[in-house]
Amino acid sequence: MFSSICNEKMKTFEINARDKAVIRALQGDFPLCEEPYKILAEQAGMTEEEFINCVKNLSEEKKIRKMGAVLKHREAGFIANALCAWSVPNEKLDEVAQVMIKNPAVSHCYDRNTAPNWNYNLYTMIHAKSRDECEKIIKNLSETTGIEQFQILYSKKEWKKTSMKYFCE
Amino acid sequence: MTELTIFDKSLLNLLQSNIPICSRPFEEMAKKLGTDEQTVLKRLRELKAEGYLRRIGTFFNSNSLGYQGTLIALSVEPEKIQQVAEKINNYSGATHNYEREGQFNLWFTLITPNQVQEQKILSEVRELNGVEDMICLKSNKKYKVNVQFNLQ
Repeated sequence: MFSSICNEKMKTFEINARDKAVIRALQGDFPLCEEPYKILAEQAGMTEEEFINCVKNLSEEKKIRKMGAVLKHREAGFIANALCAWSVPNEKLDEVAQVMIKNPAVSHCYDRNTAPNWNYNLYTMIHAKSRDECEKIIKNLSETTGIEQFQILYSKKEWKKTSMKYFCE
Repeated sequence: MTELTIFDKSLLNLLQSNIPICSRPFEEMAKKLGTDEQTVLKRLRELKAEGYLRRIGTFFNSNSLGYQGTLIALSVEPEKIQQVAEKINNYSGATHNYEREGQFNLWFTLITPNQVQEQKILSEVRELNGVEDMICLKSNKKYKVNVQFNLQ
């Protein structure tokens, strides 16, 4: 996953009008019916076959990351969701990240720039069924990687969570 | 909310990975689950109505569409947090916005089509009444982006 994303950075972004029409149609809810792509194709003003081919291309080019469902964490029983920020020596970043992403409780793992008053450069989203379990997972990650400086940032309130709408400006 | 059956769990586990790209995707999923298309569609509609699914749809890699994303952490006076959060929510590129415990108490992600837009929004946010500090945490490497829960 990582290597593919890295390569994309070097590509030029050629997104033609057809791709944009397909992307706009795909941005809403996926239709739950026998022939969902036919409905989306109509919205994009093309045939089902053309639409499906475009989707396949976007998927192969990794412009589409995933087509599928995201569950509601809490309803699925994951009530303790924390952003954990780690302070990792730069030369150990890749190695530490590789350990962290193997843990299925880690859904996101990004490196990030630091700030003068904020010396954390690796970020993981961790989902667990309780704060106890969440802290056990983090303690375990800390011991396995040897990274002792970290901050657990529990979410207190979700003010917004949406998906980006592309090419609507 | 009803209890998830074993069938529901395997259906949701399958749906969390990838919807097949073909004319009858739910028929193909049904084959894998040893059932028929109508059973899959009926149950998915029910699970959606019951609120188990945040979204069924397409997730794009914003970088490869020519967009750029960043994470911003703000230190906001506690009594002003709601008004600041609401102002941030008005930006369509602010996709996630969470109040968190700690020194920085408001965290949001921002996706924009270019650097100029990003800078413009960031300077507006920095000027919001109640914002005491702001750090912009740009990512260079995404090691994992995969929100999947294995239901057992």
